[in-house]
Amino acid sequence: MTAPTISDLAQTEQGTSLWQDAWLRLRRNRLALIGLIILILFIFIAAATPWIAPYGYAQQNLELGASPPSAAHWLGTDIFGRDLLTQIMFGGRISLAVGFIATAVALLIGITWGAVAGYMGGRLDAAMMRLVDIIYALPFMIFIILLMVIFGRNMLLLFLAIGAVEWLTMARIMRSQVQSLRQQEFVEAAVSLGLPTVTIIRRHLIPNALGPIIVYTTLTVPSVMLLEAFLSFLGLGVQPPETSWGLLISYGAESMEEYPWLLFFPGLALTLTLFSLNFLGDGLRDALDVRSAKD
Amino acid sequence: MLKVQNLSISFVTRIGVNKAVDNVSFSVEPGKITAIIGESGSGKSVACCSLLGLIPSPPGIIENGRALFDGIDLLKLSEAQLQKIRGSDIAMVFQDPMTCLNPYMTIGDQLTESLRYHQKARRKEARQRAVELLQEVGIREPASTIDDYPHQFSGGMRQRVMIAMALINEPKLLIADEPTTALDVTIQSQILQLLADIQKQRNIGILFISHDLAVIADIADQIIVMQEGKVVETGTRSDIFHNPQHLYTRKLLAAIPTDCKQATLPKSEPLIEIRDLCTWFQRDKAPLKAVDGVSFDIYRGEVLGLVGESGSGKSTIGRSILRLVNVTRGQVIFDGLNITALGPRELKKLRSRMQFIFQDPFASLNPRMTVYETLAEPLLLHGIEDRSTVSTSVLRLMDNVGLARSFARKYPHEFSGGQRQRIAIGRALATRPEFVVADEPVSALDVTIQAQILTLMQELGREYGLTMLFISHDLAVVRQLADRIVVLQAGKVVEQASSVNLFSQPQTTYTRQLLQSIPGRGLLKSKIAHD
Amino acid sequence: MWRFIGFRMLQAIPVLLVVITVTFFLIRLAPGGPFDSEKAVIPEVQAALEAQYRLNLTLFQQYASYLGDLSHGNLGPSFKYPGRSVNELIAAGFPVTAELAFYALLVALVIGGIAGVVASLKPNSVQDYIPMSVAMIGICMPSLLLGPILILIFGIYLDWLPVSGWNDSPGDKILPAVTLGSAYAAYIARLSRAGMLEVMSQDYIRTARAKGLPEWQVISRHALRGGMIPVIAFLGPAFAGLLSGSFVVETIFQIPGLGRFYVQAAFNRDYTMILGSTIFLATLIVFFNLLSDIVAAWMNPRLRDKLRAP
Repeated sequence: MTAPTISDLAQTEQGTSLWQDAWLRLRRNRLALIGLIILILFIFIAAATPWIAPYGYAQQNLELGASPPSAAHWLGTDIFGRDLLTQIMFGGRISLAVGFIATAVALLIGITWGAVAGYMGGRLDAAMMRLVDIIYALPFMIFIILLMVIFGRNMLLLFLAIGAVEWLTMARIMRSQVQSLRQQEFVEAAVSLGLPTVTIIRRHLIPNALGPIIVYTTLTVPSVMLLEAFLSFLGLGVQPPETSWGLLISYGAESMEEYPWLLFFPGLALTLTLFSLNFLGDGLRDALDVRSAKD
Repeated sequence: MLKVQNLSISFVTRIGVNKAVDNVSFSVEPGKITAIIGESGSGKSVACCSLLGLIPSPPGIIENGRALFDGIDLLKLSEAQLQKIRGSDIAMVFQDPMTCLNPYMTIGDQLTESLRYHQKARRKEARQRAVELLQEVGIREPASTIDDYPHQFSGGMRQRVMIAMALINEPKLLIADEPTTALDVTIQSQILQLLADIQKQRNIGILFISHDLAVIADIADQIIVMQEGKVVETGTRSDIFHNPQHLYTRKLLAAIPTDCKQATLPKSEPLIEIRDLCTWFQRDKAPLKAVDGVSFDIYRGEVLGLVGESGSGKSTIGRSILRLVNVTRGQVIFDGLNITALGPRELKKLRSRMQFIFQDPFASLNPRMTVYETLAEPLLLHGIEDRSTVSTSVLRLMDNVGLARSFARKYPHEFSGGQRQRIAIGRALATRPEFVVADEPVSALDVTIQAQILTLMQELGREYGLTMLFISHDLAVVRQLADRIVVLQAGKVVEQASSVNLFSQPQTTYTRQLLQSIPGRGLLKSKIAHD
Repeated sequence: MWRFIGFRMLQAIPVLLVVITVTFFLIRLAPGGPFDSEKAVIPEVQAALEAQYRLNLTLFQQYASYLGDLSHGNLGPSFKYPGRSVNELIAAGFPVTAELAFYALLVALVIGGIAGVVASLKPNSVQDYIPMSVAMIGICMPSLLLGPILILIFGIYLDWLPVSGWNDSPGDKILPAVTLGSAYAAYIARLSRAGMLEVMSQDYIRTARAKGLPEWQVISRHALRGGMIPVIAFLGPAFAGLLSGSFVVETIFQIPGLGRFYVQAAFNRDYTMILGSTIFLATLIVFFNLLSDIVAAWMNPRLRDKLRAP
């Protein structure tokens, strides 16, 4: 009755890793899943816009003027007779790009800064985090506006400026992650095995610090997109001929009494994206919470 | 005064229904201490908390049963009626005094609020009463400390405050849920004494919940043994200890470490010499002198027990020897090499010869690595095996530590505490080290699992010819394993002797105090007398 | 305690100096002078203007004299509004912005706080889902969208409330305050829910229940204090956010506040005005961050002890 002796790994049962566990939990969270699907759809549309947009970006139809949604123009047209769907698709490219690129900038600076500070500890850590504290106290929104005023409304600057604000929180999160992980006994065990520092970081620290970083990244994208919309609305962000959802909303707001769809549809696009990202972020937070995996 | 009949409680979750308490009946007599004993998951706490409506619901559901207290069925009472009984007729003391007091309120406010609520006492009277009670439970200068916040008290003092808080409305029944588990041994024995005194003076009933038979060996009148939600045995103290009926009760009794390792030390030279070791941690002002001028030897092939209470520096010594923390001063000489002066390359070579087993098996394994990856890592790192042969070695290692081979590709969260500790032991022994530091390797485990792991460590120690530094707060465990014992207090060595000598002829007051605090000392004595 | 406050004040000084210096030099870096738009100014006039605004001095001298003025609380003359000083413009705009921010904060704290606490009392029930869904909408509906929508619904379709102005007609403060405060109400709702859930799972809440206190006392006496600390700590950043958020809201509702002046100054390249209001707002924000830090620390007895220690 004894089980056949196992002499090969392939004969053993495959365990469920925490990542798989998290994915199972995320799949059960309907809102997060819908968010993920909408997001993928939007990103796909944004990437394919130049080929799938129903009209040309600059194509005007002054005779038509502003018209409500119809079969020819699903979301209607603006006062120059430009197709709103096309405008929203091209605007989405910029809005999403700002969201993701600025977040990537923040991620890169923040993670490096936080990981170095957290791993090195001591004076270097104190000095690095002191600097973060000081920059944190700066009224950054005002600074971004200032930068946009002074240097013109430059897209690259926009990415950098927004990234420069958001990396601070990222650095704090990464540092606290690394610090708490460093005190974990399994990292001590790795040290006592004699593993080189690089291996410890790669195999024991990063995979365990990834969860909160993923979650926070997902939640940073919407706040960056909000910031972009905010600046564009004030006329300090994206400039014509480029457009973005914030800019479209600002135009829509000017003529919302006569042509409410010009406000409604760009607003819907922005809100939907923000919803998706936030729901996905919340879902990921629940799914990746290592503590809940223990119970 | 309390009669629980056929109590059944289930927890309904997404995964399924878990019957935490299954048809449990027991009674508590006034003027006696009744103890409920069981390991984690036995349902002992759930059963007692449910009496006062303190289990979270949902998911908890009381399916069946009655709990008659002075003739009233507690389980049928409305929330408002229960509130009248909670904290006045029946009071509770919980396990961890660090987290059970509200950090944002003074202890005075916390003590008096239930008096003011239940008895509508005036502020001044309530305060007066609180001061008297604090005096009674042994808080010094209660008139002034009553306005302090919990963090200004030590663990033992906080538990005294908790007890005073429970007594303030003169309850008829006190439910104490593992009240001493989070405390140091000497403090534990003081709190046990306090509870026994209070019970006698006030002639109240105490329901004492514990996972450890030894703890209640000296104070319980009645003992109820629970396992997996069921009561398996009920009896008087002498019944349970001297004439246990149920197999599980016997297992629990057997798990109480009572043996003393007889010194069979062949003469050998020291493997490790520790000289004037100081490990200080930088604090804002004065450094924290965790280890302060410690010297002792560890002989080849012996198990050296390192004993002390929390804050004695015992873990730090273990970590200092393996250079997991930076040593401030002094020398650790391992087989002729001064470890404190080694460069990183030499240190790495040495690492395969000395290993560490950690206390908390939940924290000591990387949650994202399978058993196989965890065990293969040291083998590959030190070039003991290469990729092609490592799997055979890992499987053999799993046999050695008593893990089924079929678990190889599972992750730590899929294992119980005892199994995880086996994985951790396997990892430590993978490189066939000569020396292992075991830092409280069993204190996070249930008693029966504790016994299994200790046996495993003894067997493997013999098999691998290990020299071991066994760190523990629990003298009873240490003396079962150790040849010699070093006693630490506040970063300094108080006494060192062979296990037999330390127990029979302690030289210092501190050691004597520690020995007297071992729970179930009477039990030990009677057992020794038997042998 | 005072030491701690003093220490934090001292820390604020270099922050402010950095703000002043960076802003000052950034503005000088900007391409184009403030009078470039007026074509063909007579050289004498140009020189007189430059002398008036000290543009004829070296950069460092300008900086030094600006710092000197600043130490007397003088932010200098406006570039665009001849004869008016930046101090006057700020004094005209700030009370309006402050009032708006105050009402918005009130909306955020009261609605957000209550919603969060109510939701936390019965997690995963209707009582939790409804306020939290509304909060989610609040977070995903930025003020630049919410403002126009509220105007459309309550101002135009229903015609209940005025859609612009400040102190001109009754009720004209409601829509701006709600627009500005809603996102923060949502954040505070989420924060206080999380904070309360965290606290309600603590052992000392079980102790309080075991004492037989009624649930409302358990919540009000034992849980609220710890649960609200994250909210208090958030008030500093929230205030900073409200001030910059007022830029959009003042633009939407045409409110003559500092935010609107600032944005106009940005377009007009009224550099002294930008410089002055940046410094003014930064000082305020730094001050409020400090205040909320101190209050949050003060609410925690353990931290309070550390602060008290000499």
